[in-house]
Amino acid sequence: MSDTAPQSSNVKVDGQTGVGKGPIQELDSVTIRFAGDSGDGMQLTGTQFTNTSAIIGNDIATFPDFPAEIRAPAGSLPGVSGFQINFSSHEVRTPGDAPNVLVAMNPAALKVHLRDLEKFGILIVNTDAFNEINLKKANYTSNPLQDGSLASYRLFEIPITKLNAEALKDLPITKKEIDRCKNFFALGVMYWMYNRTSEPTIRWIDSKFGKNPNIAEANKRSLKAGFNYGETAEIFTHKYNVAQAKLAPGMYRQITGNQAVALGLVTGAQLARKTLVYCSYPITPATDILHDLSAMKNFDVKTFQAEDEIAAVGAAIGASFGGQVGVTGTSGPGLALKAEAIGLAIMAELPLVIVNVQRAGPSTGMPTKTEQADLLQAMFGRNGESPLAVLAPATPGECFFYAMEAMRIAIKYMCPVILLTDGYLANGAEPWLIPSLESFKKFEVKHLVDAKSFQPYQRDEKTLSRPWVMPGTKGLEHRIGGLEKQDITGNISYDPANHEKMVKFRAAKIERITQEIPPIELCGANSGKVLVLGWGNTYGAITTAVEALQKEGHKVSSAHLRFLNPFPKDLGQLFSRFDKVLIPEVNMGQLRMLIRSRYLVDAIGYNKVQGLPIKIEEIKKAIEELL
Amino acid sequence: MSDVALTKEEFVSDQEVRWCPGCGDYAILSTVQRLAPKLGIPRENFVFVSGIGCSSRFPYYMNTYGFHTIHGRALTIATGLACARPELSVWVVTGDGDCLSIGGNHFIHCMRRNVNLNVLMFNNRIYGLTKGQYSPTSELGKKTKSTPYGSIEQPINAISMALACEATFIARSFDVHTVHLSEVLQKGAEHKGISFVEIYQNCNIFNDGAFKPITERDVRDERILELKHGEPMLFGPEKKKGIQLVDNAPKVVTLGENGITEKDILVHDETGSNPAIAYMLSRMDYPEFPVPMGIFRSVSRPTYEQMLSDQVESVKTQKGQGDLMKLLKGSETWEVK
Repeated sequence: MSDTAPQSSNVKVDGQTGVGKGPIQELDSVTIRFAGDSGDGMQLTGTQFTNTSAIIGNDIATFPDFPAEIRAPAGSLPGVSGFQINFSSHEVRTPGDAPNVLVAMNPAALKVHLRDLEKFGILIVNTDAFNEINLKKANYTSNPLQDGSLASYRLFEIPITKLNAEALKDLPITKKEIDRCKNFFALGVMYWMYNRTSEPTIRWIDSKFGKNPNIAEANKRSLKAGFNYGETAEIFTHKYNVAQAKLAPGMYRQITGNQAVALGLVTGAQLARKTLVYCSYPITPATDILHDLSAMKNFDVKTFQAEDEIAAVGAAIGASFGGQVGVTGTSGPGLALKAEAIGLAIMAELPLVIVNVQRAGPSTGMPTKTEQADLLQAMFGRNGESPLAVLAPATPGECFFYAMEAMRIAIKYMCPVILLTDGYLANGAEPWLIPSLESFKKFEVKHLVDAKSFQPYQRDEKTLSRPWVMPGTKGLEHRIGGLEKQDITGNISYDPANHEKMVKFRAAKIERITQEIPPIELCGANSGKVLVLGWGNTYGAITTAVEALQKEGHKVSSAHLRFLNPFPKDLGQLFSRFDKVLIPEVNMGQLRMLIRSRYLVDAIGYNKVQGLPIKIEEIKKAIEELL
Repeated sequence: MSDVALTKEEFVSDQEVRWCPGCGDYAILSTVQRLAPKLGIPRENFVFVSGIGCSSRFPYYMNTYGFHTIHGRALTIATGLACARPELSVWVVTGDGDCLSIGGNHFIHCMRRNVNLNVLMFNNRIYGLTKGQYSPTSELGKKTKSTPYGSIEQPINAISMALACEATFIARSFDVHTVHLSEVLQKGAEHKGISFVEIYQNCNIFNDGAFKPITERDVRDERILELKHGEPMLFGPEKKKGIQLVDNAPKVVTLGENGITEKDILVHDETGSNPAIAYMLSRMDYPEFPVPMGIFRSVSRPTYEQMLSDQVESVKTQKGQGDLMKLLKGSETWEVK
């Protein structure tokens, strides 16, 4: 087991001795993947490692990757759950391409994840799980720990199950409960190896299991046992350190995209001085937003778990009609079901926010895997000419700001706004600079009360939006609905010219939203050989790849869209300044189709639809082919 | 609300009513327009929400707030509205297709939640707006444009269904008996929680005379059992006939025959906690039985939106009004200097 192979591109050995033995090797950034059975607690292990790394000042990005089955058969390949974290002493924008370290709790986890581990990467396995039954379940014909197939990795074999059981043997808890703690043994080993404090996790254990002292004690002991094992066992020659990252000063927390959406919606509703009425039907990967908001009732949040997706959007529309802010959250299949009702909100010209946390489709697809393939559904998935605004945050933290922005625009322009996030943003975590409340302006919300000048479809000159009247306002009683409206009066109209006029009004109103869009920020020079255009979760990989190529002297720039409908005003003029335009997407080329048809640009796609985010290296290679 | 003195005319909108001449909907509209001013609710607090179908044009003709929505979804939109604005008087106008077919799922859940809505379901046992296909309440064997050889579907009994869904106010009336209809609707409007009123309504174009055998003036007394709380279930022109419970099943008996007296007749109790008798009544149909009209059930339960608001208030009391900055910070923060 040689320890000489570089773990990352930037290794320096500073000769210091760690607490105990062996030198501490300074590393620039490390990517670890924890993998095990869905019942092994890998998501929790990863989250704890992330939390601790964030608190000690690393920049982080995470990628939880788990099966849709809650508990697939133990030891089986489909039951493998993974959590990848990239922690660094500089800014990181992705959870890392190939992990430097793989912790595999059983043969199935090894089988599924080994292919991603970098060459000479650190491989830590729980040898106790490598029995005949588990090997068979993972389709191994021979034990990889013995057949030499792992020779090109730095293999560390640890009997985690036994060591953990030994450490907890005198506690009055069941065997099963003891076994459940073994993930914290593994976590302890990793804390030792990467020179992290166990304090944040111990605090977490106390708050989580405070009422059950035996379980709390067991988890703490497992964690310590793992840590001490690293310290005393004669198998590790090094421990590593990843220094604090130089992040912008301020107060930070860790945030996932779903958490950020929930916080953004609450903040938006407060800025609008409205009750947030969040109506949703549980669907992976959007459900956490409902969970979070349903616990925030003291922020004037009303949550409604509807009987189905249609009822959820219907109730949200009803709430908006009532003068509060109606929001519905879902994923692709749910968006399909909501289509007709969204059309109603377009016709009735009411504010409505639809959060679509995209997942791999079509149909049920791969519920826990990410994809960006609902863009065209968001744009066009309704009957008739039915434009609406489409916004897409690029990072978990941005989900906060764009949830707020979606609400502000929906109110200002009296229209539905679809916020497109995805499973990767929703579950991925990053450190988040907590914004100050003073930095937010209160939303301008007008409810007409003057009966004399009132016409239900009289439009505001600047926004083309119609007045938002609260039922209960005396003298302004009126009727709206899904039938075509006569301009100004809002009465039912089948007049041919009026219909065309109204279709154009609804489109022009959405186009007016361009006045809300800030100028495009280019990463790189404003002309060159290749422009990489992205949206949503590809931001980290694109920006990192483009910056790397710029350092190599290549004339490549990137731009990332947060407004997908309407497009920013200054988008069109960008294309002529670059020889080629590359659009990487986790779909078959949906933004590319929109860009090509709108701007007649011969944009080139880099498309990957494997339920996984695109890697930095993949984008780099795709750009290099165009240089 | 004592200053609310309104007239029927104030509830008539400026829109021309476009139902077919002779449609039962006219009588219902006029009844509601006459009833509304009596309810002591300011006109601006009324909202009529509808789905799609002939009946769903209703909101356009009421000079109140109104929302003509999409097929089957009126109950969902009304639910959201009631949750957001519990002080409003929200009415849902729907039909047998809108409510029980495409909107069937929402019907189930809206009833059980006890949202404070007045649901008026016009039942004409036909699809009128699409020009004459069978509906979920059409009788077995019904010949329509889409069932030229007769319907092979068992119809839904809306009252039975509402009972099964734990609705707290369930009633039936019919279009042409406007006095009865008005009484039932008034009680429904005064009821806190969901009120579901099935209104037999004649479609004179596609299903003319569907309820004629029971609603015609000359046979009405004989074929309709008017349910009155606390009173024996008597019917017939001279109230000589009644419903007796024999072996847990209803039986039509005649006072004076076989020693039957009024004491043997079932007394209607709309407030009973056990819905079994109400369910039994909902199964009674002509010609075997007279058709019950009136309030099948009226029980009290907290409304959905009240509980929703109460929960918000109680969490505020426990935790205090939410502190946004604290919320944004979450449970664990660290400072970068």
